[in-house]
Amino acid sequence: MKNFLKYREIWLLAGIVALIGLISTRFPGFADPANLRQVFNDTSILMILALGQMAVILTRSIDLSMASNLCFTGMVVAMLNAAHPAIPIPVLIVVALLVGLVLGAINGFLVWRLNIPSIVVTLGTLTIYRGATFVVSGGAWVNADQMSPDFINFQRAAFLGLPMLSWIAIIVIALFFLVMTRTQIGRSIYAIGVNPTASVYAGIDVGRTKFIVFCISGMIGGLAGYLWISRYVIASVEVANGYELNIIAACVIGGISIAGGIGSVGGAVLGALFLGIISNALPVINISPFWQMAISGSAIILAVVLNARGERRQGRIILRKAEAA
Amino acid sequence: MTDTPAPRHIPDRLDKPLSSAIFSWEALLVAIAVLIFAVNSFASPYFLDPWSLSDLTFNFTEKGLIALAMALLIISGEIDLSVAAIVALASTMMGMAVQAGAGTPVLVAIGIAVGLGCGAFNGLLVTRLGLPSIVVTIGTMSLFRGIAFIILGDQAYKGYPESFAFFGQGYVWWVFSFELALFLVAALIYWFVLHRTSFGRRVFAIGNNPVACQFSGVRVDRIKFILFSLTGLMSGIASVLITSRLGSTRPSIAQGYELEAITMVVLGGVSILGGAGSIPGVVLAAFIMGLVTFGLGLLNVPGIVMSIFIGLLLIIVIALPIVWRRLREGRFA
Repeated sequence: MKNFLKYREIWLLAGIVALIGLISTRFPGFADPANLRQVFNDTSILMILALGQMAVILTRSIDLSMASNLCFTGMVVAMLNAAHPAIPIPVLIVVALLVGLVLGAINGFLVWRLNIPSIVVTLGTLTIYRGATFVVSGGAWVNADQMSPDFINFQRAAFLGLPMLSWIAIIVIALFFLVMTRTQIGRSIYAIGVNPTASVYAGIDVGRTKFIVFCISGMIGGLAGYLWISRYVIASVEVANGYELNIIAACVIGGISIAGGIGSVGGAVLGALFLGIISNALPVINISPFWQMAISGSAIILAVVLNARGERRQGRIILRKAEAA
Repeated sequence: MTDTPAPRHIPDRLDKPLSSAIFSWEALLVAIAVLIFAVNSFASPYFLDPWSLSDLTFNFTEKGLIALAMALLIISGEIDLSVAAIVALASTMMGMAVQAGAGTPVLVAIGIAVGLGCGAFNGLLVTRLGLPSIVVTIGTMSLFRGIAFIILGDQAYKGYPESFAFFGQGYVWWVFSFELALFLVAALIYWFVLHRTSFGRRVFAIGNNPVACQFSGVRVDRIKFILFSLTGLMSGIASVLITSRLGSTRPSIAQGYELEAITMVVLGGVSILGGAGSIPGVVLAAFIMGLVTFGLGLLNVPGIVMSIFIGLLLIIVIALPIVWRRLREGRFA
């Protein structure tokens, strides 16, 4: 199984290399290391969001509220910064993580305690959290001139040749890799996705694990909220509107099965990079950015078709024969 | 072993006690609708006016039409997130046809045909290639709306013929708009198909156990394909109505409708896991969502705040029966 997973990611990596090669034929500077670093930095927020979503999808759930969480938390942090510029950035990041954690915990509680399907819960909180953003901000924007220089520059500060944002992404990727492959909770998350019933017999608390997973995706949403706002230096109700589907798209392209249990940290990162490369490449090779949506749509469909070939479950052979007949 | 049981009369449907009708999902929705209606008429003096109430219906008829077909699709255990993108693509195609000088009948035909084609495309991907519908339709959602963006960019199509305006702005009789009439007729048809035909029974059966259905000789894939096509068709019809009502096409038209249509379906008591639900429930949910948004609109509540109420309504209405059951069983943690 493990070899098989590696196999899929290598193909995705090969696809990305081919894509970069293809773009380089039109715009030679694209494969330049400096430019690739830029692409990585541009994609950092999508990557960490995709990792949070991955943890949720692995347990056969889905979190549609991540972008709204991002919007709400980003607004809270930006308003806090505008009102009290003296608060140091690390404290603001902790605040963002906590606010995101609370929003995620609400999702998780409803899924865990009330057994409401996650798609229904997060469909509801998707609109509630974005609406709440309007309520806390009164519909006003927080603009660049209201934010403190530290707030804006923190993620841009270079460290060992990479901006802080890239480092945050690398840390999150490393943390996820450790948690998913080396800890009990990580293995429980996979186990639940593969077979919830067997997981119960194996002593895993399925509901509680789902709750934890939603807390994780909530914290990721919160962290991304601060990063997003300080990157695009505007906080409004419209921030990241509809972005939840981009996050899921990155996961799907990364080979994470919506049916749960299949997927890896590497896949989610590569899936996000794939989308990031496309959005970075279109302007430089003179394709209208309006093409981006259709291209990522086609990429998603293609990815699902390719993934499905690998995922085909064994068994039900009688039915297979009956279908063929 | 020797005596064969006497042939017994098996009723087509079981007698339902009155209590089950009172505690049904639809009854809960009616109660909520009456409550919101009462609150609205107290809160605003403009609410209880025939023309106000007529305007109210425009809030949900278009999404409601999509929700009817979506209900069947969700009952069968699938989902379509691309409906709003289908609306956008169909509207864009109609806009192109207008630029080419097409008349009203051609426009309507194009809108509906594009919708049907997109729905069939989803259906093919899901049934022929055996892909999960939630992912496929996230993909086609980007694809369909992406095509609309490629064609239109930041432009807009205008100049729809005057006779085209009837579908979204016309009235059949007094305050009854064409949109409302169409919605009610469609609801009746969908009610009949789902609750009174063998096709409808099969839709329920597929949602409960697709494998058993396959073994029982139900053509699962074909029925799912039909349901996807129907959802596309209804999106095409909704596109005609919206385009006619707005009189222009932008690629961002009907943004977010997919989630509102699904909210209607779920609020209407359809199980998101498939296998259960009813059309009257969906119709009631459509009315409730219209009532909430319109009532709050009269009170000058911004649209974004209304969405909080819709989201809360969705979660509370789903959670309420669960909490109630647990309280009665006395094991609420």
